[in-house]
Amino acid sequence: MSVSKEEVLHIAALSRLNLTDKELEKYTTDLSNIVNYANELANIDIEGVKPTAHILDIKNVFRKDEVEGSYDREKILQNAPTKAAGCITVPKVVE
Amino acid sequence: MDLYSLSLKDIAQKIKSKQVTIKEVLDSVYSRIDEKEEVLGAYVTLTKEAAYKKGEELQKKLDAGEAIGALGGVPIAIKDNICTDGVKTTCASRMLEDFVPIYNATVVDRLEKQGAIILGKTNMDEFAMGSSTETSYIKKTKNAWNTEHVPGGSSGGSAVAVSADMAYAALGSDTGGSIRQPASYCSVVGLKPTYGLVSRYGLIAYASSLDQIGTFAKNVEDTALMLNVIAGHDKKDTTSACIKEKDYTKALLNDIKNKRIGVPDAFVKDGINEEVKQAYDNGIKTLEDLGAKIVHIDLDYAKYSLATYYIIATAEASSNLGRYDGIRYGHRSEDFEDLIDLYKNSRTEGFGEEVKRRIMLGTYVLSSGYYDAYYKRAQCVRTLIIEDFKKAFEKCDAIVIPTAPHTAFKFGEKSTNPLEMYLEDIYTVPVNIAGLPGISIPAGFDSKGMPIGIQFISNYFTEENLLQIAYTFEQNTEFNNIKPNI
Repeated sequence: MSVSKEEVLHIAALSRLNLTDKELEKYTTDLSNIVNYANELANIDIEGVKPTAHILDIKNVFRKDEVEGSYDREKILQNAPTKAAGCITVPKVVE
Repeated sequence: MDLYSLSLKDIAQKIKSKQVTIKEVLDSVYSRIDEKEEVLGAYVTLTKEAAYKKGEELQKKLDAGEAIGALGGVPIAIKDNICTDGVKTTCASRMLEDFVPIYNATVVDRLEKQGAIILGKTNMDEFAMGSSTETSYIKKTKNAWNTEHVPGGSSGGSAVAVSADMAYAALGSDTGGSIRQPASYCSVVGLKPTYGLVSRYGLIAYASSLDQIGTFAKNVEDTALMLNVIAGHDKKDTTSACIKEKDYTKALLNDIKNKRIGVPDAFVKDGINEEVKQAYDNGIKTLEDLGAKIVHIDLDYAKYSLATYYIIATAEASSNLGRYDGIRYGHRSEDFEDLIDLYKNSRTEGFGEEVKRRIMLGTYVLSSGYYDAYYKRAQCVRTLIIEDFKKAFEKCDAIVIPTAPHTAFKFGEKSTNPLEMYLEDIYTVPVNIAGLPGISIPAGFDSKGMPIGIQFISNYFTEENLLQIAYTFEQNTEFNNIKPNI
């Protein structure tokens, strides 16, 4: 296995996902297979090759700093799971 | 002939010349949908009421002698990862099952401005992650050519809607082949434009450096008409290119004499079904007979595209899907102790298996200790793949390649082994890695009657060239005239 169960648990925690024991088994196998496949890139000579993040030759796209209309608060809140007093509510984070 | 079976161009003309009313057109398409939807499952949401209302408004305008736009009164379907104001946009995920956008994607605004009527939203793989539409949380979409087979994916619903005459055209999105591969599986025309030609504003992000909105249509001419409407700069998408708007129908010349068409022989040698290979070879022969010059090209790094793709796409996905935390919108778990718990339970309940797999893979390749070995290395290989194409386009005007290595497979056949499913994208992924335009058009059938597509790839922002070659191929072959018996 190129990816260990411990690693899968670690990345699941980073990804904010819970895994059952069965899922842990399955994802460990799957991720190992995929990572093994991806390891074919290890043999390519990339000495001096610049990485590409983006294919278009554009940088720092600016717009004029002009005030434009935005959305109505009620409209934005309509998709919030819970709300109160015009705000989205969340569980208490400070004791 | 029923109205629903006409092409986009013909129905638009019939509406404009008042041979038919928009209501008659809507009646025809919706009755077709009523008849076939239960079997095929192309749509997630139908927007019938709004469609008729819009139709009435347009008809009034038309009757008053006003212009109703290039697509005036033409019913179109939209993939369910493209935001529609006031209409649920689910990404076929439990996470966004009840999500109602408060704005339109730019492409939807553009379509509506030209008088198109939205029929509904189409099914897809969850968050566009998949090649068969099987990862949809909402429903199963079946291939109209054989309902035991998948339609391809991720834009399976859009492909089926067009192939079964349940829409005159549809929008999809293509991150690694999600338009071209289902177009090939369903025998319709699927176009993935150059990265930046069409605004991504309002497209729910999967992998932002690869995602591109494109079209499904019944033929190449309709594809050009759709592209005319959706292409163009958008200040709301900073990666949208400043390209002058063009009339792509001017490119529809039945002539490819002396066009140099590149064939990447070595790349198409292995892992391809024999019948698909045969159809591909026949396609090359057709091009040659039509006067094109076949040149042999090397795409040495193309074989690394898939590995590169699954590193870059999942890395971007893990970041893009970080926003689904159960707080502002989307699914929130009812069961939690504290905030971290809320995040974890909401995401665990809201995402399906494939989405979780890709989020975790992306998190892995970006994590400390692996970043250089995977993510950064993949970005360097991306550069090599782009350079390969640049060199190829010095020798040829377009590249011809199969769209997918196989025809549509049966449900469940590839869903137990993710890697096997990923391999279906081997011929489509390089185009996204390089950001080039690609088109898949019908090019044959296998011995079981399942469709085979052929793909053309062209240089950046040369969609006219792509459309001309595809149009010529289509005009000189019969495959596009054969319809599924559904």
